[in-house]
Amino acid sequence: MDALNQKRIDLIFSNYTTSRYQVLKRTLQRSPDDIINELMDAGLKGRGNVGFPTGIKWKFAKREEASEKYVICNANESETGTFKDREILERVPRKVLSGMAICGYCTGAKKGIIYLRSEYAYLKEQLQNELNIFHENIKEFNLDFSIEIFLGGGSYVSGEESALIESMEGKRAEPRNKPPFPVNSGLYGFPTVVNNVETFVTAQVIFAIGAEEFVKLGTDYSSGSKLFSISGDTAKPGIHELELGTTIEEVVNQFGDKNTKSVQVGGASGFCIPQRQFAETVIGYEGLTTGGSMIFFNNSRSMYKVLHEYLRFFAEESCGLCTPCRIGTQQLLLGIEAVKRGDKPAEYIEVLKKLALNMKTSAKCGLGQSVANPFISILENFKEEILY
Amino acid sequence: MINLTINNIPVSVPKGNTILDAAHKINMHIPTLCYHPDLKVAGNCRVCVVEVAGSRELVTACSTAVTEGMTVSTNSYRVRTARKTIVELLLSEHNADCTKCYRNGNCELQWLASEYRIGDHVYHDLVKEEEKQPDTSSLCIIKDDSKCVRCQRCVRTCSDLQDVGTFSVVNKGKRQKVSTFYGKPLKDVFCIDCGQCTSRCPTAALTEKPLYEEVWDAVADTSKHVVIATTPAVRVAIGEELGFEYNKQSDSKIIAALKLLGFDSVVDAGYFHDIYIVELCTEFMLKMKQDNENGATTILPYITSCSPGWVEFVSTKYPDMKPLLSRCKSPRLIFGSLIKVYYADKKALNPKDIITVSVTPCTAAKSENAQSQPGIADVDFSITTRELVRMIRQSGIDIQRLDAADYEPLMSEHSGASVLTEVSGGTTEALIRTLSELITGKELDPQMLRIMPLRGENGIKETTVTFSEVRAGWEFLKDKDIRFAVVNGSKYAGTIFGQLKENKKPYHFLEVMICQGGCIGGGGQPIPVSSDLIKARAAILYSLDEISSLKKAHENAWLNNIYREFLTKADLKENQKILYY
Repeated sequence: MDALNQKRIDLIFSNYTTSRYQVLKRTLQRSPDDIINELMDAGLKGRGNVGFPTGIKWKFAKREEASEKYVICNANESETGTFKDREILERVPRKVLSGMAICGYCTGAKKGIIYLRSEYAYLKEQLQNELNIFHENIKEFNLDFSIEIFLGGGSYVSGEESALIESMEGKRAEPRNKPPFPVNSGLYGFPTVVNNVETFVTAQVIFAIGAEEFVKLGTDYSSGSKLFSISGDTAKPGIHELELGTTIEEVVNQFGDKNTKSVQVGGASGFCIPQRQFAETVIGYEGLTTGGSMIFFNNSRSMYKVLHEYLRFFAEESCGLCTPCRIGTQQLLLGIEAVKRGDKPAEYIEVLKKLALNMKTSAKCGLGQSVANPFISILENFKEEILY
Repeated sequence: MINLTINNIPVSVPKGNTILDAAHKINMHIPTLCYHPDLKVAGNCRVCVVEVAGSRELVTACSTAVTEGMTVSTNSYRVRTARKTIVELLLSEHNADCTKCYRNGNCELQWLASEYRIGDHVYHDLVKEEEKQPDTSSLCIIKDDSKCVRCQRCVRTCSDLQDVGTFSVVNKGKRQKVSTFYGKPLKDVFCIDCGQCTSRCPTAALTEKPLYEEVWDAVADTSKHVVIATTPAVRVAIGEELGFEYNKQSDSKIIAALKLLGFDSVVDAGYFHDIYIVELCTEFMLKMKQDNENGATTILPYITSCSPGWVEFVSTKYPDMKPLLSRCKSPRLIFGSLIKVYYADKKALNPKDIITVSVTPCTAAKSENAQSQPGIADVDFSITTRELVRMIRQSGIDIQRLDAADYEPLMSEHSGASVLTEVSGGTTEALIRTLSELITGKELDPQMLRIMPLRGENGIKETTVTFSEVRAGWEFLKDKDIRFAVVNGSKYAGTIFGQLKENKKPYHFLEVMICQGGCIGGGGQPIPVSSDLIKARAAILYSLDEISSLKKAHENAWLNNIYREFLTKADLKENQKILYY
């Protein structure tokens, strides 16, 4: 085994034994504060795109006094090139449910909801079967917590936690004004913890192996391991668990086709890393925070087409609520087309760049704010491809 | 109190206030677009972004609550470029044919464009050709999607203020827009024509359907005798836009202005409001009598129907309540029919040569019509306060410099009660004045001239009246509680109907105004609108009642003339066509 392969971990999908919900049972015997402290010791950060410390989120929700609280598992996995949550829900749903139940126990929530992306509707039945087993078991553990599945409507922006909540309330999936944040006022105005599927699993992993063991993996800022969805020009597409703190170079060496010119980290809303930055770019909260999407592009790919496709995606998937995102995405798309055609001078790219940066500072939610990520990183590294 | 600084100026505001509130307090202007003082905060347009120290992104001043020690900058480089970019983007999505636009000169996007001097179009024009065809199907409201800035003020107004919900946001991304149900024409969807959206739309995406050009044509036609009626709610609001404060002399100057515009006869709608009150009271009394004779066990209210759009609201949302609505015509239709019947007769005019123009604060009035005589509309043209202001502007008249002029004496005398009918709760107050004297046969207790529970901004107001002495024939009302309720805005109708269904609170009489505040808050009033302006207008109307020497509708001597000569009271059927639907 070479050094690179040691970065590969197998925590999330492993140890799926037949003795059901043993980690959950064991964890529920501890005090909520003790559990939350362990999460903080483990340094777990959200495994979606944002990376908010999970322990702090649970602590905030615990602190709230309310007649009702909710735990929501965000399974609206819509970032381009991401497919790890689907795999988790298929293979280790029990770990997700355990993570949710422990969160409910810690925060005082009695209701959990899995917000399942509509494209994953086929998972609903098997998930429901597992839920039936879960509810049976939880009775024995004397925990008042139940989970139901909510099928989303299929929009990208529903991955944004407040838009997700709006959609669950039967409204259009549009982001709310923040503050208040969902932990203070979420579903129907009640304190709500929204965590990604992988975050719940990873929490369960931490309770299984202990924070001490967990922090041995990764770096000081980015402890543990994480799932990556590898796709594009690679011989080994699929889901791979890697230690955080890995550089892109290490990943490319392992998965690339020897011809990789760039890796898009974090999907459409993430960053384009060109070859010359492979070695210096660390995947982790101190470097590139990512939900796990890694799309490889080799020399045969046109980066113009890649960027065009991402912008087309955003112009389609913006909820349309706020001005910078609704109109900005359209203008960026039309703008690069016009430059490519020669209808606008090459300098027009600078206007678009300014626009993208203004979208980053003024859009209402992460969607509009992150359009600048692919736009500027692709533009700066592959300017000729965009212009000519 | 929370302490913060805005552009280094310290300011303290109560907890829960937003950055925008704090900025207002120190007179620091932050531009806004989707924000409206009457509506829930949206935070959509992002025009009001400001910089808060320690925050990576800019935040919207309208939606962000102040926190202790907050350091806000409203004019940093980041703020200015973001704001300018946002205005540029909005313009790229906007059909900016400003010189041809109905809202030219009174458009919030135009102001922003001029403030930030948006010159050459930096971005691609995104206006779709098919959007440039406005929906003109409604009699009252025009919807022009090419002017829409997606601020959703109309959506919030229609759902949250009116409980109607004609508009909603559909689609996402580049196809996102404000739409009617399935994009159907306005005339085919549920809309009560109240026009509240038109008075809150920052641009010309929603406007009233103007009729003032037709009115200009009518006054220019020498073969036509054009009679115009204005109401106090219109007259108190005109000055807001023309820049003068309403006072005792204003009315006579407005009359002079209308005569200069070319109207042959100017009447005060108050006269017809008095007739309306008398008829309303009669119908209400007869209903109570009938209920008594039928031995009705449950009390079902008698509900006013004079607020245009209300009938549509009830028919669609609460059809089972429709039979309870008054059959009495609204004051402006009574104006139309009496002008074309009584006035025509008195002045020896052919009704076909008379054009009746009513000016009200109401856009819905445009769709309200009836014919007392076959083929002759009661009211030919209904225009809003805004349209009248436009006509006065176009004429170049400076109202303040005009000499006083008088109303047509035949049909203009009016009571203080008539003035009240344009404020929420006022119709009920006016009715109680007449009802008391008709039931008791005694002069009204002066304390009953101000029924405070019926005044103010509450959504539902109520009062109970009891008569200890009654005239012969009305013994069944002796010492009985007669319960009155006022619905101040259509959004409260659901609450009161819910209570009725559960029979929790039986009411005998229910006054409904679809617009909050009553007619003074109508959708055709000058833009901008706000609840403060409505309060100010209400105060003026109450003071007009205070100073009026004639307090009760039925004491209007000119009214007695018309009833004696023309509308023989004994025979309701004769009056039916003129005064009732």
